Amino acid sequence: MPDLGKYAAEVLGAYGLSLFLIAGLIVLSLRKGRRARAELARIEANKDA
Amino acid sequence: MIALLHRDLMLAFRAGGGFGLGLAFFLIVTVLVPFSVGPQSELLSTIAPGVLWLGALLACLLSLDRLLALDYEDGTLDLLATAPLPLEAALSIKALSHWLTTGLPLVLAAPILGLMLNLEPDGYIWLIASLAFGTPALSVIGTFGAALTVGIKRGGLLMSLLVLPLYVPTLIFGAEAARQGAMGLDGTTPLILLAGITLGTIALMPFASAAVLRMTLR
Amino acid sequence: MSLWEYANPVKFLGLSARVQPFLWAAATICVVVGLIWGFFATPDDYRQGSTVKIIYLHVPAALMAINAWFMMLVASLIWLIRRHHVSALAAKAAAPVGITMTLIALVTGAIWGQPMWGTWWAWDPRLTSFLILFLFYLGYIALWEAVEDPDTAADLTSVLCLVGSVFAVLSRYAVKFWNQGLHQGTSVPMATGGRTVSDVFFYPLAISMVGFGLLFLALVLYRTGTEIRLRRARALLARRKREM
Repeated sequence: MPDLGKYAAEVLGAYGLSLFLIAGLIVLSLRKGRRARAELARIEANKDA
Repeated sequence: MIALLHRDLMLAFRAGGGFGLGLAFFLIVTVLVPFSVGPQSELLSTIAPGVLWLGALLACLLSLDRLLALDYEDGTLDLLATAPLPLEAALSIKALSHWLTTGLPLVLAAPILGLMLNLEPDGYIWLIASLAFGTPALSVIGTFGAALTVGIKRGGLLMSLLVLPLYVPTLIFGAEAARQGAMGLDGTTPLILLAGITLGTIALMPFASAAVLRMTLR
Repeated sequence: MSLWEYANPVKFLGLSARVQPFLWAAATICVVVGLIWGFFATPDDYRQGSTVKIIYLHVPAALMAINAWFMMLVASLIWLIRRHHVSALAAKAAAPVGITMTLIALVTGAIWGQPMWGTWWAWDPRLTSFLILFLFYLGYIALWEAVEDPDTAADLTSVLCLVGSVFAVLSRYAVKFWNQGLHQGTSVPMATGGRTVSDVFFYPLAISMVGFGLLFLALVLYRTGTEIRLRRARALLARRKREM
């Protein structure tokens, strides 16, 4: 861990928030993508039903 | 074209307060400002140009809702779209009638409200000039916003969200001209830039408005 | 073999499935290396102290915030001219990524500004322009959500993107005129010809910028795939309803 001096809270806060936002974006994208895949598969599966 | 303008103006005058509504809103906003920031006359005279511009802008926005929505519901827009008159021209006329019923009264009322906000004596001519040059742009841009959201149920709030960012350049230059004028400076530069924006939007925005309206009506 | 073949959704999905693993891997590596290098292995600036480390997030996010809008503009034009559905859906898929990048740039900027300029927020031209860009993203996404018919939605948002781009540029100059700023000039050397950031800071920054770019590409490809599947599911359902 590098010595961040008196600005530790700012630097860590910036990294934390940004990574949180990026992670949130990725998780939401993946979840929506998986749901879309499942729904399409379901609809295509009972094509003849 | 004249007939269309005449019809729109008559509708605005007769059909339930569309005409005075924007003006009344402008008045109320201006009256509320001293209540919210305090009655000190120096403070009020500093912020007067900005407050008047913001009030005019919001009053314009408020009346955009009825610009196309009623014509869309009763089918007038479908007729206009198939009429020999180009839709671009029809929408320009609509913007013009919006300006005549909203923008122009605001320009005329602004000096009186300026009086109430202790606007500096030098500032009146700049305020009137900047509003006179700027409000046509507000009407034309607003027509685009109205055309964009006309097919959406309860699109009023969405339209504000879409239109307000588009108002930013007009507001900046207009309020800047009025502010510099009120400080006794020469506001010609922002005024010319404002006029440029207005002319540019009058020339180009009707094409965008007509394009989105055709997409909605298709 | 022309580029336009990938306007076919099936071909697009195939290519995107083949490319994505590499993109995700490269993006992860670049972002991780850039940020770790920047965070652990660069010295503090003698004036800014350790807050200089925020640059490895702030600059790449700001860069991608603008490029995302630019990509949406190009995709919108392609949709309006050539009517390729993939293009419209790619623009739709890019908007949430762009708004997240704008938000990151704004938030990291505010956190950095607090100790350096002594204020969280200043009405500085660059900051203000980004705030306006944020509003444009909001309006664009809201319009996509509000319109029922997907093709009409694509049409309307494309025109909004075009008009919005013109007004965003206008606002940029208007805001510059309105207030001279605190913000330092660009730190990307391609734009200025010379370097304003010393090498120690520049290499991790460059890697991080590449990483954010790749991450954006990977996310957009993935999200476009999602939108294509959703559209297809919708079309299948509609067809079945008609047949019944």
